[in-house]
Amino acid sequence: MSGATETRLDRRAVVARLLRDRGGTVVVSGLGSPSWDVAAPGDHPRNVYLWGAMGGCVAMALGLALAKPDVPVLAVTGDGEMMMGVGSLAVVAAQAPANLAIVVLDNGEYGETGAQRAHTAPNAPNRADLAALAAASGLRGARTVSTEAELEALAGEVPTTGAGPVFAAVSVAPGPAARGAIANALKDMGHGRVRTRLALGLSAV
Amino acid sequence: MPDPDWPLALHAVLAARGVTLASYVPDAGHAALIRAAEADPSMRTVALSTEEEGVALAAGAWIGGGRSVLLMQSSGVGNCLNMLSLIRTGRFPFLTLVTMRGEWGEFNPWQVPMSEATAPAFGLMGVQVHRVDRAEDAAPTVDAAAASAFEGGSAVAVLLAQRLIGSKSFGEAPK
Repeated sequence: MSGATETRLDRRAVVARLLRDRGGTVVVSGLGSPSWDVAAPGDHPRNVYLWGAMGGCVAMALGLALAKPDVPVLAVTGDGEMMMGVGSLAVVAAQAPANLAIVVLDNGEYGETGAQRAHTAPNAPNRADLAALAAASGLRGARTVSTEAELEALAGEVPTTGAGPVFAAVSVAPGPAARGAIANALKDMGHGRVRTRLALGLSAV
Repeated sequence: MPDPDWPLALHAVLAARGVTLASYVPDAGHAALIRAAEADPSMRTVALSTEEEGVALAAGAWIGGGRSVLLMQSSGVGNCLNMLSLIRTGRFPFLTLVTMRGEWGEFNPWQVPMSEATAPAFGLMGVQVHRVDRAEDAAPTVDAAAASAFEGGSAVAVLLAQRLIGSKSFGEAPK
């Protein structure tokens, strides 16, 4: 568990590490900071960026994972987005897709909107514990990642084609993700859905 | 005599249109269709915790090459509104079948507000609406809606009237 005295991980570095050996993984990123984080190491036709649809990241990734069981799928989202769709963890558990991993970048605040305290705020005695929520939803291997060593262990499992569903809540430093240069086209899901389909060898429509 | 097997006809239509994923928040009016989908080895059923998950699931499935349908009752449509911005922004094909409550012999007044708002809400979010009042129209309407969605790229909802489903299946009304 994270605490005030720990050095919390850098979200951008966490995502870069997890995507380093991504292979053919399709990544679905939750709105706001996670989409910036996933774009930062370099845009990829198998990246699907959400800039809205709050609460839908995991469900969307599940749909992809069920439709393409031979392709690893990784959902990268934030703690606020995850809380809004927390019921979808039970849906994932029931479906048990072996090719799906879920990584929540947990900064304990609503970093995009002014750092309002979130339910997972690390110093609160009554904080919500996302890994415990996921485990109680049926994702038995759910864990919290708060050290470099734990991140390396996670990177050995993510992306996955056979060991999922994987769930990890990664304790990251507070604040929003840094902005980068991102093309307007990457905010256009009408474009994004087609390019990912083509990258998967499917027809455009 | 209305055909009591119209839910099985809907399953056949969906299967023929290549639907392999059926997500749902259950409703008594969808029970027979859900059973048929569960019994079909080529169709995967996904029980949702809330209806908007099914909207996001449909978008993800489509990117992965899958065709899906979302089954819900009218009260669940209200839960979907913001998530439908995903369908509209991405211009995703989308098909949902909605069993209507709150419009024909309804004993539960809590079903009425979303019942009255269902078609307007879909309209506000850019989802076409078809309505089925008679059993013989169910399969052709769902077939046309599936064609609009999967061949035409539209977002389409089919509302299955409470009169069609039969209000008696929702339990005894107080005398």
